[in-house]
Amino acid sequence: MWKTVLRRVLFMIPQLFILSILIFALAKLMPGDPFTGLITPDTDPKTIEALREAAGLNDSILVQYGRWITNAFKGDFGVSYTHKIAVSSIIGQRAGNTVFLSLFTIIMTYVIALPVGLLAGRYQNSIFDKIVVIYNYISYAVPTFVLGLVILFLFGYQLQWFPTSGSVDVGVTSGTFAYFMNKLYHLILPGLTGAILGTATTIQYLRNEVIDAKQQDFVKTARSKGVPVSKVYSRHIFRNSMLPITSNIGMELVALISGSIFIETIFAYPGIGQLFIQSIGSRDYSVITALVMLFGVITLIGTLVSDILMSVVDPRIRLD
Amino acid sequence: MSFLEIEDLKVHYPIRGGFFNTVVDHVYALDGINMSIERGKTYGLVGESGSGKSTTGKAIMGLEKITDGRIIYEGKDVSKQIRGKNSTYNRDVQMIFQDATSSLNPKKRVRDIIAEPIRNFERLTEGEEKKRILELLDIVGMPEDAMYKYPHEFSGGQKQRLGVARAVACRPKLIVADEPVSALDLSVQAQVLNFMKDIQEEYGLSYLFISHDLGVVKHMCDHISIMYRGRLVESGTREDIYKDPQHIYTKRLIAAIPEIDTENREVHKANRRRVEEEYRQNEKQYYDENGKVYDLKSLTDTHKVALKNIEVGGN
Amino acid sequence: MENENQLLDINHLHTGFRIKDDFYDAVDDVSISLEKNEILAIVGESGCGKSTLATTIMGLHDPNKTKVAGEVIYQDLNLVDLNEELYNKIRGNDIGMIFQDPLSALNPLMRIQDQIAESLIFHTKLSKEKRYERVLELLEQVGIPNPPRVAKQYPHELSGGMRQRVMIAIALSCKPPIIIADEPTTALDVTIQAQILDLLKELQEENGTGIILITHDLGVVAEMADRVAVMYAGQVVEEAEVGELFNNPKHPYTRSLLNSIPQMDSENDELHVIDGVVPSLVKLPRKGCRFAARIPWIAAEEHEENPVMHEVAPNHFVRCTCYKNFHFEEGGE
Repeated sequence: MWKTVLRRVLFMIPQLFILSILIFALAKLMPGDPFTGLITPDTDPKTIEALREAAGLNDSILVQYGRWITNAFKGDFGVSYTHKIAVSSIIGQRAGNTVFLSLFTIIMTYVIALPVGLLAGRYQNSIFDKIVVIYNYISYAVPTFVLGLVILFLFGYQLQWFPTSGSVDVGVTSGTFAYFMNKLYHLILPGLTGAILGTATTIQYLRNEVIDAKQQDFVKTARSKGVPVSKVYSRHIFRNSMLPITSNIGMELVALISGSIFIETIFAYPGIGQLFIQSIGSRDYSVITALVMLFGVITLIGTLVSDILMSVVDPRIRLD
Repeated sequence: MSFLEIEDLKVHYPIRGGFFNTVVDHVYALDGINMSIERGKTYGLVGESGSGKSTTGKAIMGLEKITDGRIIYEGKDVSKQIRGKNSTYNRDVQMIFQDATSSLNPKKRVRDIIAEPIRNFERLTEGEEKKRILELLDIVGMPEDAMYKYPHEFSGGQKQRLGVARAVACRPKLIVADEPVSALDLSVQAQVLNFMKDIQEEYGLSYLFISHDLGVVKHMCDHISIMYRGRLVESGTREDIYKDPQHIYTKRLIAAIPEIDTENREVHKANRRRVEEEYRQNEKQYYDENGKVYDLKSLTDTHKVALKNIEVGGN
Repeated sequence: MENENQLLDINHLHTGFRIKDDFYDAVDDVSISLEKNEILAIVGESGCGKSTLATTIMGLHDPNKTKVAGEVIYQDLNLVDLNEELYNKIRGNDIGMIFQDPLSALNPLMRIQDQIAESLIFHTKLSKEKRYERVLELLEQVGIPNPPRVAKQYPHELSGGMRQRVMIAIALSCKPPIIIADEPTTALDVTIQAQILDLLKELQEENGTGIILITHDLGVVAEMADRVAVMYAGQVVEEAEVGELFNNPKHPYTRSLLNSIPQMDSENDELHVIDGVVPSLVKLPRKGCRFAARIPWIAAEEHEENPVMHEVAPNHFVRCTCYKNFHFEEGGE
């Protein structure tokens, strides 16, 4: 198995290389450059030109790419044009928040979805199940930003139970327990929004898996051994139904991290999603390219983790 | 005279592995099959699961990529151009599948299902086509109005008959029948088998009848080949195989068929035990050092068997 | 009919399935019994109710979709009336079951040893170590080479024959006096089928088990059974000792079936074909001889109005009077 993992990791190199070319080319195709925004009728074109020259934007595309990729390989994605600090450190600050939010969301998702999905599947067509199905339809139908805004309005502005922006209050000492709790407090609204959207898919998936597993022959075998129904569920049906979900955790996390754009923007949560949107707005190439590269790496790793998990939980799948 | 010759047919699947996922070995799904098919005869191909019998059928149909060997149809090597659009071979060799339900497109009417090969290979006007379809339905004993129905409106046996109607639509010379009755109940099976024999007479058809059921094969086939691990272990007329089996594998297969003879059940069981014992003790001499089946050698004009030395078998 | 050898006594058993708002009997008034040390074969084509009968005996039907009436008497208990808790004490412990497809009947995510040990958990007080000792013993008993290794494997790592041996080990684990085998060899190759059948027979003789063998294969019946019940459209139409049934079949359905087997000696003859098709559950005639529509050349007055079982020879029962003057259609197709 480790051989396969190593091979997969090695294969990532050419994949990332191709990705880097694409990203770079797309970034260059975007109209304007970081200095376009500085232009006012009073600006001396020479100043802009000088800035461009200094930033290396007048070199040939190949030279620019070569410079960028060599530095990127060393972990240096340049300096943010707008923030004037190293891209790696600005992403570093934000990434922690996003990972924190994603983990929180995924835990909340599973805490809600696992019992609900399993029970809905077990008691198919019961009133509980029908409510769950309706809930699923509704949350499928509601777009992220609508739900986010509603939650923000209700719990943030009307009831004022939770903060409406930021990831931590100013003035709380970093590293203390209070700091951690404060961070958690800020997570609840965005996390809840993400979780509500995530639960629908997971519940639906699990419910179908359980309904499917109920009909399997091995369930009949277990019943014919004299295993009580509740034990048949816990020993056979639930375990088998959770299989696809377990192996999907990796991809789920990837989707959350790279899909955090809406939620972070709505809740003004300083994560990489919000950073991404801001950077696009300000044409901050160095940040955009670095973020897209990061999403690429995360996706590749996520797929690999999913495959590894799959082979761990399902004896029929072997990674080699 | 035979119109179809299969010469040293091989289908090997690569097994990939190692760090760079290169081909490290092959699965020898078919490893040197020879057959010759004459008009109006039925050839049985018998073996257990994984023996390669279905692969043989598919390779002949061009549904499986041939690694090596030749298929010679009416004197011409067709193995390269198999599945070519206008080849007569494709028209003349048709197939019936085990699972009639999944081999009929559920979204098409019977008329369009049966007409498919006609539309592929012949140019008929709508009227001519309809006439042909009515003839075909009549041959397989289905009413006219079946034409406008969908597959799900028929029972298993009827669907299999529709499959046969489609296969004979272009008056083929050979039909490859892959376990055509295995999924059917006894009484329905009888119906389909009878009727396969009827159309054989009517069209002078040949069948390659692939089955694991030695009872059915004996009923249907003039000539029988037994397959094991991608090779033929024995081949001969029905009498050769059932009255005078030579290879231990053939003997095992025949001994294992449950017989409807309640008085002699103990005798039958003892015989089965004896063959199993012989198999256990002498298994090695029936296969070469790599466990591969030997090449077929002629015992009589019709009877061939894969033994190292032809005398070993004896009686 | 008090009989101390009797293991299971089924009387007037009905199993109805709900289709829309009505229940339709798939098993319709079946009465049959199983004795110690006996293999009772139940034979019939698909849809005749033989598998439904098996699941009814095991009490595995969804009570919301089925209605069961009648008696399945085991040790003075009518299983039909048992609640789940009591039934679970019977299942696995007193009645073991073997299914057709051993691959789907085994949990793909559980090791062989855990699947076999499972019935021991619920029916015995054995410690964990003792349970696994018993697992190895059982694997040995069903002829699996290298039990310690196989015990730790998963179903997909075994061949079809080995998997079915594991299923048999599961059924045997609590030494039940009754085993129901539902098409136990249908999914297997002939040589493997022969081995599995021999194994079943051996184990049955060793333990004096009563086996209900459900199959569509008359060859398997002839090789295995002591007694045979032929089912058609939810009813038993003929019941006899195995030799009597094959040598002296009476019911038109049994005779027709036997005639449609492509057997060794019937070579080039046309096989017998039964006219028409088995009616669906909803359309099944609930009155009169159910086979009448398939033998239209037999006059209506040959059939009984409400066909019952007639004892035509000692222990040989046939439903309906139409057997008396039955003949195959002359010059038929």
